Amino acid sequence: MTPLRRRLLFGLPLAAVVAGGAGFYTILRRMQSDQYDPHYLPSPLIGHRPPAFSLPGIDGAQGFSSTDIAAPPRPMLVNWFASWCIPCLQEAPMLGLLEKTGLPIWGIAYQDTAAALAGFLAQNGNPYQRIAADTSGLTAINWGVYGVPETYFIDRDGIVRSRWAGALTYQLIQEELNPLLAKYS
Amino acid sequence: MRAILLLLVLLPALAAAQIVTRDGITLTQPQEVRAEAIGDQLRCLVCQNESIEASGASLAKQLRVIIRQRVIAGDTDKAIMDFMVQRYGIFVLLKPPFMPLTWALYAMPFLALFGGMLIAWASRRNRVPAPPPLSEADRARLDELLR
Repeated sequence: MTPLRRRLLFGLPLAAVVAGGAGFYTILRRMQSDQYDPHYLPSPLIGHRPPAFSLPGIDGAQGFSSTDIAAPPRPMLVNWFASWCIPCLQEAPMLGLLEKTGLPIWGIAYQDTAAALAGFLAQNGNPYQRIAADTSGLTAINWGVYGVPETYFIDRDGIVRSRWAGALTYQLIQEELNPLLAKYS
Repeated sequence: MRAILLLLVLLPALAAAQIVTRDGITLTQPQEVRAEAIGDQLRCLVCQNESIEASGASLAKQLRVIIRQRVIAGDTDKAIMDFMVQRYGIFVLLKPPFMPLTWALYAMPFLALFGGMLIAWASRRNRVPAPPPLSEADRARLDELLR
């Protein structure tokens, strides 16, 4: 066995182990700092308008339909939420902050009741300009919603530009939402 | 005897006519079998390593209902799968389709085989040839040395 072969025989497996370790370490670090989520699913809706729908509001109030968000005067968020959803509680202060910046937020309540929603909004504030109720959850399936909360960024042409699954965080607003607002305002 | 034969012929028809209820949807046994085969190929979006058929999540149940309604309506398997892919993307398919994104995945066994053959060929080529057999003089000298 030549010295080079001997060195390769020890060096190559060692290099493979080191590379694998570095890869796993990076994945874990990125998961810890919320930069990487292995459960993340890209939304097929990005680059398209949301599918046609028309939903009532809560307790006979006015809801909204796909035509109402087909050409908003400025970029907006459509936030899927529910009174029974814990991450939605965490997200409420963030939506409150965003509402104060003047960003229009429309809400769709997923599989909820009027009484529970009234309690939720009274307790956590109501950042929504309009609220529709998807009691059956069938509109959610057409949107590809697989959990609440989910937030869709819709530009002035009514096209979905981004979708966040899970609670919006300060980090997501800084790193993803603000650049989108700068681009599409 | 003829009665038994008749029974044997009619039994499959009986199976086809059997009615089952799953997730509140009533359908015939063959329809249910078809719906299950479709659901087994779809990923539950909530518990991502389970199929829609196996999952207890409420979204999975709703999707099972939709599959059964579409099976009853006479939709093809492909139409039902396309319905899901349109909404949730190709991630919903437990078996990834063959497409540019998955070319590397499907090419991997062939690349591994080719790589292995390459290594085998290279190591055969580098093998040091066996020394020629000893001549009579060499053998005599070896015997001398070993004595």
